[in-house]
Amino acid sequence: MMNKAEEPREPGPGSAVHASGLTVVRGGRTVLDALQFTVPRGEITGLLGPSGCGKSTLMRAVVGTQAAVTGTLDVLGLPAGHRDLRPRIGYVTQAASVYLDLTVRQNLAYFAAVLGGDAPGHVERAIADVDLTSHATALAGNLSGGQLNRVSLAVALLGTPELLVLDEPTVGLDPVLRRDLWELFHRLAAERGATLLVSSHVMDEAERCHRLLLMREGRILAQGAPDALRARTGAPTVEDAFLRLVDEAAGKFPHQAEENVR
Amino acid sequence: MSTRRTLATARRVLLQLRHDPRTIALMVVVPCVLLTLLCWVYDASPRTFDTVGASLLGIFPLITMFLVTSIATLRERTSGTLERLLSMPLGKGDLLAGYALAFGAVAVVQAALATGLAVLALGLDVTGSAWLLLLVALADAFLGTALGLFVSAFAASEFQAVQFMPAVLLPQILLCGLLMPRDRMQPVLEAVSNVLPMSYAVDGMQQVLTHTGVTGDFVRDLAVVAGSAALALALGAATLRRRTA
Repeated sequence: MMNKAEEPREPGPGSAVHASGLTVVRGGRTVLDALQFTVPRGEITGLLGPSGCGKSTLMRAVVGTQAAVTGTLDVLGLPAGHRDLRPRIGYVTQAASVYLDLTVRQNLAYFAAVLGGDAPGHVERAIADVDLTSHATALAGNLSGGQLNRVSLAVALLGTPELLVLDEPTVGLDPVLRRDLWELFHRLAAERGATLLVSSHVMDEAERCHRLLLMREGRILAQGAPDALRARTGAPTVEDAFLRLVDEAAGKFPHQAEENVR
Repeated sequence: MSTRRTLATARRVLLQLRHDPRTIALMVVVPCVLLTLLCWVYDASPRTFDTVGASLLGIFPLITMFLVTSIATLRERTSGTLERLLSMPLGKGDLLAGYALAFGAVAVVQAALATGLAVLALGLDVTGSAWLLLLVALADAFLGTALGLFVSAFAASEFQAVQFMPAVLLPQILLCGLLMPRDRMQPVLEAVSNVLPMSYAVDGMQQVLTHTGVTGDFVRDLAVVAGSAALALALGAATLRRRTA
């Protein structure tokens, strides 16, 4: 019954991430339960679900920082966590992982040196990408929360990664900045050919993604394009589609979804 | 290991310190002030100042580097920057060596000032070369960095990290021979002090104090301190996990 919107694609050159039977058990609790999904290359895949549903754990597994991962998880053609993947993935955690006692530019210069991409323009480009050029010499600790998150995002953009894993990058941002960031994400996919896996617990961001993974309680409820999900559930918005899928999975109102299709 | 990444890390740590001039001042000035104070305390017995002062020249860099490193590494762990770095192509050795290099540079300044002050201004009377004092002080700073890095893995907060100082270093200070020569302590305590690295740090200083050249004991002391530091560094590296729960 699940994953009806679209069958998981076969692994191949078209998929940046392919998971099968992906399970994470932490402290006796199953955080991710036998997940099966693909993330196609060059597109923005939104990972949506309520807080605590396992989004961050899934992202950490893809990046290779999560312990106790079982099942198959291939990232850019290699097993997740492979050392050759480290320079090819950009990862932004929910908390801004930058040094508060360095300036914006010093932060980026250090991480650029660690990545080893000795392109001198990369630091300035990353600062411009997140619209912080006017704050380049400001101490990170003096920035606002939203600005700090953008510094963290800029670090992930260094070295032109093939896969960007962004954990709630737009949380706490004003509408204008949110729109700008989504425009940046689309530019990264269209112009630099990057694959983006973006998590959010705000369902209205789903419409901005090419493809969605809807998650709840460590399982994937459905995956596919937003239009396909809405069409399948007959819901006007992705949020409604999500709610109907939850009810369906719980065995409640089994016919309601069908009734609503006109 | 990559030299470029190690140097970039050392440079970054020093830049962070530069934005915190008060910490630099505390690291450099406090040992000098304490030595001066000690000199006045032993005004009536300069020989005692020689012994205690030389020992403290070895203990100061150990304590300072222990505190600074354990807090700095803890911050790196809790802020998420460590996870980010370990998801990048950075070797654990690059990170550890970068920290050791940066704090080593600070230790050189601290030890040079403290040793210079003690020997030139406060009249600390050493038989051997003041350069050897500096060498031991540096080895002690290295040991402090390595121990700080190791214990930071067991601290969940900065409160806990600071409490590791009395827990790990104070027993060593009590038993290292600073308060009472080690061979005159209760035999069990003497045996315990034989396996604590700070005992050798202080003994190394005493060797320089009482002998003109490099003695066999001095070489042994230096080797034990450096070896303990390398061991703590290796254990510290084992606590840096790329994958965490």
